[in-house]
Amino acid sequence: MHNTVKKPVLAVGPFHPLQEEMEFFQLTIDGEKVTDIDVRLSYNHRGIEKISETLQFDQVPYLVSRICGICSASHPLAYVQAVEELAGIKPPDRALYVRTIINELERIHSHLLWAGLAGHFIGYDTVFMWAWKYREPVLDLLEEITGNRNNYGNVKVGGCREDVPNEIIPKLLKELDALEKKTEMLTKAVLDDPILHARLKGVGVLHKEDAIKYAVTGPTARGSGIAIDVRRDDPYAAYAELDWNVITQSEGDVFAKAVVRLLETIESIKIVRQALKKLPDGPISVEVKEIPPGEAIGHAEAPRGETFHYVRSDGGNRPIRHKVRAPSYVNVPSFKASCIGQDLADVTITLAAVDPCYSCTERLAVVDSHNMITHTYETLLRLSQEKTQRIKKDIGGPELKMEDL
Amino acid sequence: MNQQELDKKLSEVKNKLTGIERKSDKRIYLLCEVQNSYAINKFLFEGVGCRFVIATGIDSDNCFEVLYHYSYDETGCVITIKAFIRDRKQPAIESLTPFLPAAEWIEREIHDVLGIDFKNHPNLRRLILADDWPAGVYPLRKDLPKAN
Repeated sequence: MHNTVKKPVLAVGPFHPLQEEMEFFQLTIDGEKVTDIDVRLSYNHRGIEKISETLQFDQVPYLVSRICGICSASHPLAYVQAVEELAGIKPPDRALYVRTIINELERIHSHLLWAGLAGHFIGYDTVFMWAWKYREPVLDLLEEITGNRNNYGNVKVGGCREDVPNEIIPKLLKELDALEKKTEMLTKAVLDDPILHARLKGVGVLHKEDAIKYAVTGPTARGSGIAIDVRRDDPYAAYAELDWNVITQSEGDVFAKAVVRLLETIESIKIVRQALKKLPDGPISVEVKEIPPGEAIGHAEAPRGETFHYVRSDGGNRPIRHKVRAPSYVNVPSFKASCIGQDLADVTITLAAVDPCYSCTERLAVVDSHNMITHTYETLLRLSQEKTQRIKKDIGGPELKMEDL
Repeated sequence: MNQQELDKKLSEVKNKLTGIERKSDKRIYLLCEVQNSYAINKFLFEGVGCRFVIATGIDSDNCFEVLYHYSYDETGCVITIKAFIRDRKQPAIESLTPFLPAAEWIEREIHDVLGIDFKNHPNLRRLILADDWPAGVYPLRKDLPKAN
């Protein structure tokens, strides 16, 4: 006879070696309900902050762009803004517009990537196929401008490395028009789908009070009714000169976060189009001499939220301290507020809703100590997809065979 | 609150500060000693309604510094509390986690990399160092021996 009852723990992780955020979630479950969550991370800590102290100021952007492949424009941007503030450097106007264009293209491809993955997690592979298909031309545009699909390496202290050539602007505008139509169609399809409403509304709710306590940022905050956006609150690059809106939703559930991201994608297309049309002539960088002693901060709105960099200099050619905070660092701990009390089948999408680069879940395993069944990532994914199917059936949607998923 | 009202509000904790550095309208640094850090942080988060961004731990020449960065999003002002820990042998500072869950991870991280103790932290386990990392070796301290 057992006289102690062990709580079943669902292990998500530890990590996927291809992802930049290695996470290990341990969910305590009672039947179908999640009763606690514990997060362990840093399985692949690369010591970026320490390495940064060994590099010269102009080498660091290439290091920090490797923090994350998807956010490889926002990290170096936040860093160079800190150094420019420290040294009182003002980059030329054209560079500010080029930075805006690249950062918004990054947001578009990142949000579409998320929409696709989210679709897959709930068994909506059509959304996955569409979103990723529409994302592909955005990467091509980035490649045309910077030479790379990711890790653009385009921003430097004092300006940019590569210009947006005037000759390709008509082509970029044409591609944007095509992308806008497709994104609008995808957005409408998602917003009008009764099954997605039933599946995602009220799931993984992060209340506004919790969002403030956990200091979440980006679409995670805006989906909980907190209208913050560094692009508007502390304008950088060319955002203050362009016309765009901060998208918010008040519900805080997974659906709200999806709506925020989809509508933001359309705003981003608007921003890129305006920036291309208003692109001023002139040089794209200024000469930078010495970085004086001092300290400064730089922050930028990455697709997942605020990216924050703090740089301190002693007057030498290397930073003596460089602190980096990626948005997921504050978004991920909010799982404690959004997952507890949820159904197991909803956890996959709730954890994915803050967009923490979620293919980490390839190594998901569940140990249910009541009956010693070990589930894998596949069975959990199936649980989530089956729930969508049940809802579909209840609503009277077309029946899908599991083999089709 | 606009920027002027924010400045006025910040002056409420003036007696707890050792200095204010104002690098621009949107970058304010509040300097304090370790014993006042908790009260000033609580004031910024609960009294002013700032958003906690992150904390930075620094091994300075003769002290440790813990910088708490806050953003007042209404005006886009970034306010940094710079707390000096003079005791280099047993550096310790009051934890903010009991009223600010967002600080839990970064306090654990600073504890890992600089060996600063966060008093009353509910869960000061390792966050970023591996389980088999030797105790008492702090990777961001300046006196860390260089690897060969």
